[in-house]
Order: sequence, then structure tokens, then C-alpha cells
Amino acid sequence: MPADGGIGASNKRREDVRFLTGKGRYTDDINLLGQTYVHFLRSDVAHGVLKSVDVAEAASMPGVVKIFTGEDFAEVGGVPCGWQVTDRFGEVMQEPRHPVIAHGKVRHVGEIIAAVVAESHAEARDAAEAIEVDIEDLPAVVDMRAALAEGSTKVHDDLTSNLCYDWGFVEENKEAVNAAFEAAAHVTTLELVNNRLVANPMEPRVAIGDYAPGTGDSTLYTTSQNPHVIRLLMGAFVLGIPEHKLRVVAPDVGGGFGTKIFHYAEEAFCTFAAKAVERPVKWVSSRSEAFISDAHGRDHVTKIELALDAENNFTALRTDTMANMGAYLSTFAPSVPTWLHGTLMAGNYKTPLIYVNVKAVFTNTVPVDAYRGAGRPEATYQLERVIDKAARELGVDPIALRRQNFITEFPYATPVAVEYDTGDYVATMDKLEELADLSGFEARRAEAAARGKLRGLGVNCYIEACGIAPSNLVGQLGARAGLYESATVRVNATGGVVVMTGSHSHGQGHETSFPQVIADMIGIAPDMVEIVHGDTANTPMGMGTYGSRSIAVGGSAMVRAAEKIINKAKKIAAHLMEAAEADIELKDGAFSVAGTDKSVAWGDVTLAAYVPHNYPLEDIEPGLEETAFYDPANFTYPSGAYACEVELDPETGHFTVEAFCAADDFGNIINPMIVDGQVHGGIAQGVGQSMLENCVYDSEGQLMSGSYMDYAMPRATDVPFFNVDHSCQTPCTHNPLGVKGCGEAGAIGSPPALVNAVVDALQRGGHDITHIDMPLSPSRVWQAMQG
Amino acid sequence: MTELSMTVNGKTVTGKAEGRTLLVTFLREELKLTGTHVGCDTSQCGACQVHVNGQPVKSCTMFAAEAEGADVRTIEGMANADGSLSVIQQAFQDHHGLQCGFCTPGMVMTTAALLKENPKPTEAEVREYLEGNICRCTGYHNIVKSIMAASGQDVSAIAAE
Amino acid sequence: MHNFDFVKPGSVAEAAEALKAEDAMALGGGQTLIPTMKARLNAPSALVSLSGMAEMVGVSGSDPVVIGGATTHGQVAAEAGYPALAALAGQIGDPAVRSRGTIGGSLANNDPAACYPAAALASGAVIKTDRREIVADDFFVGMFETALEEGEIITSVSFPVPAKANYQKFLQPASRFALVGVFVAQFDSGVRVAVTGASEEGVHRWSAAEEALSANFSAEALEGLSVASDGLMSDLHGSAEYRAHLVKVMTGRAVRAAG
Repeated sequence: MPADGGIGASNKRREDVRFLTGKGRYTDDINLLGQTYVHFLRSDVAHGVLKSVDVAEAASMPGVVKIFTGEDFAEVGGVPCGWQVTDRFGEVMQEPRHPVIAHGKVRHVGEIIAAVVAESHAEARDAAEAIEVDIEDLPAVVDMRAALAEGSTKVHDDLTSNLCYDWGFVEENKEAVNAAFEAAAHVTTLELVNNRLVANPMEPRVAIGDYAPGTGDSTLYTTSQNPHVIRLLMGAFVLGIPEHKLRVVAPDVGGGFGTKIFHYAEEAFCTFAAKAVERPVKWVSSRSEAFISDAHGRDHVTKIELALDAENNFTALRTDTMANMGAYLSTFAPSVPTWLHGTLMAGNYKTPLIYVNVKAVFTNTVPVDAYRGAGRPEATYQLERVIDKAARELGVDPIALRRQNFITEFPYATPVAVEYDTGDYVATMDKLEELADLSGFEARRAEAAARGKLRGLGVNCYIEACGIAPSNLVGQLGARAGLYESATVRVNATGGVVVMTGSHSHGQGHETSFPQVIADMIGIAPDMVEIVHGDTANTPMGMGTYGSRSIAVGGSAMVRAAEKIINKAKKIAAHLMEAAEADIELKDGAFSVAGTDKSVAWGDVTLAAYVPHNYPLEDIEPGLEETAFYDPANFTYPSGAYACEVELDPETGHFTVEAFCAADDFGNIINPMIVDGQVHGGIAQGVGQSMLENCVYDSEGQLMSGSYMDYAMPRATDVPFFNVDHSCQTPCTHNPLGVKGCGEAGAIGSPPALVNAVVDALQRGGHDITHIDMPLSPSRVWQAMQG
Repeated sequence: MTELSMTVNGKTVTGKAEGRTLLVTFLREELKLTGTHVGCDTSQCGACQVHVNGQPVKSCTMFAAEAEGADVRTIEGMANADGSLSVIQQAFQDHHGLQCGFCTPGMVMTTAALLKENPKPTEAEVREYLEGNICRCTGYHNIVKSIMAASGQDVSAIAAE
Repeated sequence: MHNFDFVKPGSVAEAAEALKAEDAMALGGGQTLIPTMKARLNAPSALVSLSGMAEMVGVSGSDPVVIGGATTHGQVAAEAGYPALAALAGQIGDPAVRSRGTIGGSLANNDPAACYPAAALASGAVIKTDRREIVADDFFVGMFETALEEGEIITSVSFPVPAKANYQKFLQPASRFALVGVFVAQFDSGVRVAVTGASEEGVHRWSAAEEALSANFSAEALEGLSVASDGLMSDLHGSAEYRAHLVKVMTGRAVRAAG
């Protein structure tokens, strides 16, 4: 670990001190003078005609300030979708209007029907109960297959069907892929469900709208991963407030995992209502409310086929997926099953021909959007499961089959339109075999068997694509936003540095890791660098944090801005030392003239920039503040190999995760401690998806798993200590830090390892079971064992 | 509204509460002690955990009126007298036992209760004791490690930092 | 939640008086009641707190073990001289729930997946109220239903201590209540087996197992038995068939663990 606390050092997190002492400032900790509270009356039916909403009695209840219904928002823009997918026939997707408050119809349990603003939350909720709502029930569209059937009830009457789009990728490859299947020596087919999940950051969403009548300025405090995106979407598309009259603040945010990327109706409501009542309006989601209003994740139903030749080389891959969109298109929903999923189908393998078909479907359920990994876990899960199944069908070692088909030369252009710059899949697999002590498995299995337990081992690889870019490419793919990141580096007169970044930290530790980069570049202590984020008023326009993009894209922007600073500072130093600029070197916080003992400290140069008495004013401006916008040339491609070992009780179907190992390649690493923590958390979420978590609707569109009483969150007893390693490092070639991103890897790489392990345990125990759908609850495992 | 009086973090405090006012609401809104968080409404996540008369309690599942006259301790009262991090808090920072920080107050309060009961818990005992505290960020790895370190046990053999 | 009057009586008699008010409810530890009130599924006019009355708190006696109605799970786990009962109490909820939740509250609520009803029924406990004594066999009437009358307060529970006993709980993975829990108690007079978590009727005895185990207290004695899935609960976490299967498995494990 570097002694200077720069790049590569496991610096302790500075933000921890406030979190550990109860001094964090989360959105719910903010209370504004004269604040009112809103309670949303939400639909308890999945689908129906909203015949009337009578607020007369409720409006006269104690403490009620104003009640809003869909009528109040009839002239207001709908909640926008940020990605327009074009289907395989060249047509754009069907895009329904998404009202802030339901108007005419309700389309999912949890949709807002009315909003009561009152002096206290209790009074708002009391009054909401007095609102009389008349809904004529319609049949609920829940099952995707049924939704696509001829004559199905439509979620949106003004659309032609419940099909949002039918996407083919790469459409031109389709015939060649089919031909390869005709010619295959072996074809393995697997039908599976990627279960619907609820992201469940521990901090529920909160929004506070504030309006200053004196200036006409609006402010929204919100639990967001990307305040600038919210400002743009809400200002421009929903409420018609120009950016200069709207400020969005996301202070300390208690986890996001994707679900706090999106712009939600509640944010628009609070901003709108604060102006209408000329008082701050605060909304705090309960957990129960979160289950029916936060965008859900995953929910794919897939058939995947793998073709192999007689030598077990992968020759083609074909997939057919239905992806649930829910009742409306959440902000980035259309991109998840398409560009974040299809482009990853090659995985770590040199399969030459791939065709991915995805049908996105509207149903009367909560909208579905990105959740940690977003599309990439779905791609990895089906690919790594079908490979495992193929190995078992062919009687070959699953690891050997993978190794045989690894991509080994880089850069590598996949048949699904992306180019991997670097990677070393052999190295990560070698490392995994060491971490997981594969050679000792048989002894562990025999020992478990002596106790009547079935032990199984599952292995898989993953490839991820982080930092989606470049903007001009994603624009062609349908993104309605740029995907650059920004940073302003401000050096103060006495040498301290403030970095104002468009990235947003909600657990990732940017306040600690970002300064390590600046400290390294300048040669100053990290505690001389402060990170400012989360407030549109004092950060440059940036796209926020998701998709494991912060250090790769936001960090690169910071590096670019710091390079401009250093270049300018060298000019000042050259002037101060009366030397040529080309001879100036910056090291350990001092500028020196090459080949001489002349030197001037960092602080002297920064002071000169702001007190420019002895300064080249005719050549350069005073001050030391630079901004950079970084638009990456490509994605980054972290990769790795994961192993899971389980022990299964054949009497009950219950199993325990005995070991979980991860060998990741994240390229260069800024803070290893933080990176390990990201992987731990990702694995736990993947373990959660594969053994515990399931978001389930009944046929009426009622949510069956609407609280922690029925939605099983991973707890400390569900997981072991993880064995993670990131010593395999192939730096990214196209960003200045050589970093790749690590936030989602654990959640992407872990579900197939766990399912492969359980199938392995069962097969070794003599059960002819090739697949069980996630989550592998004891009851599902037991049911499968009954044949 | 009735007037309640209790000791919070060593100080006698008074404030107003309705019958339905939960202890967490009283702490957050009446006493402005916002370190105690609310993460669920079914008494499972533990973000709201405080100590009442030395016992760990979910402050979202106790009426403020029930704490009349009680000795309550919250995360704001857990640092050393000089304001420095306590052994438990320091262990969480040293071993990266928190990410977003939202569940953290509950984790620290639970740890304090555990170590009072069981000063040298095994890994299994720590995990068992965390049954009522949900963390979505850390995968519990570094929380368990932090707690074992806070109990004075050597955690250097635990895989990866 | 809806507002209500909070009443903190100083004695059982005062509590009983306060509970005569219309829509008044007793508040034990509140670990179940408060979440249901947050969801507005319960809206009492007054809550009468049963905590803080010394006469209703504490663990005493060795056989029977007598537990005050307002005694917390944590105190039972730490103090009850009935190891299987103490172990069961130590598995309810989590440490914070155990510092508030009470035995009286749990029994009065009779959640079909709660642990205490299994212990009370298998032990042949006697539930003492401010009005009478009720034997466990008469106390549990159905899911969330007991023999308690309006405003009746559980003041203590008296547990005969069996020669051997054990409780096996198979967790529902989300709520961590019992998906199936089985309490087996061997008395000189015979074996009693109580099952929680499984039946639509709430806690119940498995008489076929009791007969077999009374004749031969070993897991093998259960081999020929099967549990019908009729009337068992079926939900996201397990079918009726799975629960029926688990009843037998957990019973066998309880017998083995009882030694």
C-alpha cells in the first residue's frame, strides 16, 4: 500500500466519521421552515377506470392544506422516458404517457390517485382515508405471455398492444445463427426466469419541494443518484422550469443500486405542489410504499440455446427473452433488456454467431428498470447457466469447457457490437481455482456426505460493461442523454483543492477515493482535497453515478481537469522561477526546474495565482480553476471468475453458502478496501437474488411480497465471509486512470455460481435435476427433488 | 399531546408527544436527533435501533410514551466523551464496516448490546445477533469483521480487507 | 397510524378497568401490534400498556416454571429453568424484538407462525388471566383466535417441565417466523407434540406422533407416520405439501435433539 495515501492506498473513509456518529445529513433529516407533508393515496387495484375521486370531505379535515388529483396535472408533462429503442423492423418503441397522478385509469397497485398536503404527515394520511375513489375494475394484465396473446386486455388503450418493442440483435446475423444451429453437433437449451427484484436501498426515497416566491426559484431535495439528470428531466419535460430556476440537491443518500437513478412522480409532485401552496412540501416513503412505487428490477423470461461443434467449441448462441416493463416506461427501462443485455451475450467466449431477441411487455405492475447490473446480470446468468448445462450434458468439466472457449486475444470485437479492450480470463480463472481450493473439494464433499449433506460447487465467469459511452454512439442507440461526466477542480489560494464532480456518492466512498487521485497527481496529502457532489448549484452538469461509471468516467473527468490545472500551474511556476515551461516538473507538491536545484512549493504557485503580483498577466489569467467534461471512447470491460460452494440438507431442501470466492479484474485500483467492499455487497445481492429474494404478483396484480415479512432480504446469517481478490489487473486502455469499474460485478457474477453449485450438489446426490428457477428457496429445491 | 420526560444520552429532556408518537419520531422530530433512522415499517431492518434502559430496542416499534422516565441512548451518544470515535465506531471505520451509512447507527447500537452480553463473540454468534439488522451495501462481511475487531479479536486472518 | 389514548395503569386491576373502554386494546411489547397499527389494520381508541407492572413480570419456580404475562422473550431466554422453553424464547425475532416482546402478548395474539403457542400447547401450560385459568388445550381456538374474552389479561403462564423437550424451528426466510415449528415434550404421562406455522387453524397437536412417541420416544417411531397436507397453509414460502413434510422432519429432529 502506498505510504502517501495516493492511488492504490486503502485509505480509511473520511465520510464514515459523520455516519458513525449520527451526523450524516440524509434527505429526511432536512426540515424546512413552514414545511407541509404529503401523503399519496395510491391505487389498491392493478387496473381500472378511475370514475371519480371525491376529495370534498377530506379537504375539510384538520390540517389539510390542499388536495391534488390527476386533474391538477392534466396540463403538466408526463414522467419522461430517457431511452427510445428502435425495434427489429425499424420502428420506434410504443411509449405511453406516464402521468404524475393517475388520470382516467389506474394501471398498477401503488399508482398515485391523489395527494394530500397537510400540516403533519398523520393529518395528511388521516385525510387521504376520507377520499372517496370510485374505480371500475378491469382485468389485470400480469403474465407476460398472456399480455402478448391476441385479444389480451391492453394496459394502455391508445397503444396497439402490450408489446413495447420487439428487438433483434444483431438482426443481420439471424439467418447465419439459425444455420449454425442446423449444423451443430450438440445443442443445449435452457428455459429460465430471471426473477423480479426490489432494490431496497435501506434509505427509502424522500423528496422535499421548496419554492421561493420572491425569486421564483424552485429547489428539490431528493434521494437521487444523479441530481442533474433529475433537474433536466423534471424541469424540461414535466414541469417546464428552466434549469437556472431549478436546483436539485441530493445530500447523503442511503444506497441506490439503480432505483434512485430514475425520475419519479413524487419528485415532480413535491416541486409542483411547493409552488402551488407556497410552502415546502415533504414526502417520506415508507418501506411498504417503496415496494409499490420504487422501480423494480430484472423480471425476464428467457429461452437460451447454445450450439457446439464436435470439439465442444461454441458455434452459436440464440436467445429469446420477454422483459417486463411494468405499466409505464421508467427512465432507462427500455435500454436494460436491449443495449445493456444483448451487447453482453458474448460473455468471455469467442462464440462467433449470436442472435438476441427481446420482447418488452407492458403489464399492470410497478415499472421495471435498472437494478445493480441492469441487463448484464440477466445476460451473464443465462449464458453461464446454459454453459454449465452443456458441460453436464456433454460429460465435460464445466471449467475446462469455459477455458476452451475463452477469448484470449485483445482487443476483441464480439459479434454483438462491442470491442473488449483488455482482459485475461485465463488469469482470473487460474486465480479462482487457487482461491476456491478446487483440489480440496472432493474431501469436503465426502466429509459432508458422511453427515448426510450434499455438497456442491459452482463456477462461472462474467464480463461486464461499465461507463456506457461514447455519447454519440449511445445517441444512435436511442439514449436521450449524453453519458459523459464532468468535474471542476478549484485550487484555493493556499493550495487546498476542491473537486466539484457530477458523480454522486451514495455509499461508494467518493469523498475518500477521488482525493487519492488528485493527491497522487499533485503530490499533496489527500486531506488537502475535498469533494463536492450532489447539488446542481455547485457542481457542473454531470450524469451521476450508476453503471459502475464513477471512477472510470467521473474520475477521468477529474483527471482531465487536474491536468489543465497542472499545466497552468507549471506556467506560473516557470514565471516564478524564470525558467522555461517545458523544464518544469511537479513532484511531491513542489515544482522544480529540471537539472537545477530551483524549486517552488505548490502553495506558493497557488497563492501567486490568486495574488498575482508577480505573475504573467499578459499570458494567462489569474486563478486556478478548471472544468473538464470527459466522454469515454468505449465502455470498460471488467471481468472475472466466481465460485460458490453450498451444502444442502436433502431432507428439507435448505442449503447454506459455505464459501464464495471472486477473482476480479478491475484494471487499476484506486482504493482496494473500497473495491473489496463493493464486491462483497454485490455478491450479497446476487446471493439474495439467487436464494432469497422474489417479487411476486398474484393473477389480480396484487403484490404478494410487499414487505420484509414476505420479501426475503439477505441477512448476516445467509452469507459467509467472502474470499475476494483483484490481483489480476489488465488496465483499461482508453481512460487516463486505466480503471474499469467495480460496483456491479458482484451482483452480475454471483447468481449463476450459486445456482450452478446447487445443481451440482443435487446431481452429485443422484438427483436428475438440471435447473431450478431463482430464488432457490428450500421449498423450490425440495419440490424439484420430489421429481 | 402530552409532555414526556426521559434521559437521552445522559441528559434529561422533555418534549411533546401524542399517544401514537413512536420513540423514533420523538427522537428525530422533537429532539432533532436524526442519527436514528427509519428503514422499514415491519420492525425488521434495525436502522432505528437505540438502547432503552440498557436493552437494544427498535425505536420504530415502541411508543414514546413507553419511554417516559427511561434512560435512552442513541448513536449520538456513542462517541467517547472527548468526541473521538469509540472502540466500536473506530473498528467500523478501520474495517470498512459501512458504505451508505444508513443502517450504520443500528449496527453500532446492536454491536454495543452484543458486546455487553458477550464480550468475545464467535463469527456465528455475531451473525446470529445481527438477525434484526439489515444492511444492503456491505454483504455483512466487513460488519462482522468490524464487530469481531471491536471485541479485541484478531481479524487479520479473515479473507480480504 | 390513527391516534389513541395511551394509558399506563399501575396495577392489573387498573388495567382491567381501563380495558373496559370501547375499542380499548392491551399493549404488551407491541412488536406485532405496532406494525399492524402502522398499516392501519388496527385502530384502537385507547392502548392500555401492560408493561411496568411488577406483578406481571418475572420468571419463578422450577416445576412448574411460572412466567409473568409481561415478561419479555429476552428475560425468559436468560432465566427460565426450562431449557427448551428458554431456547425457544431466544429464537424469537431478534435481540431487539426480544427486549420488548412479551409472552402474554404473543399468546394472546396467537399468530399461526409464532413460537410460544407451540411451547405452551406441547407443555400443557396453564394460562392465568385476571379472571381465570385456562389450560392450553382450551386456549388456542384458531388462527389469531384464543379463548380470551374482551379485555381479559394474561397475568402469567405456568409451564409444567417435561423430562425431555426440544423445539425445532424451520425459518420462513423473509419474516424469520416459523415456516414450521415443532415442540416435542416428554412427560411421565406421555408425549405431547405441538406444531406451529403449518396449519390454517394455527397451533395444533399432532396426535399420531404423540401416540407413537409415547410408546417409543425415538425418531424412528415416526417412520410409518405421514402428515396430511389438508388444512395446511400454502404461500410464497412453501406449499401445504412442503409444510406437511417439514412437520415430520422437524418432529424427528426435535426428538433426536431432546435426547
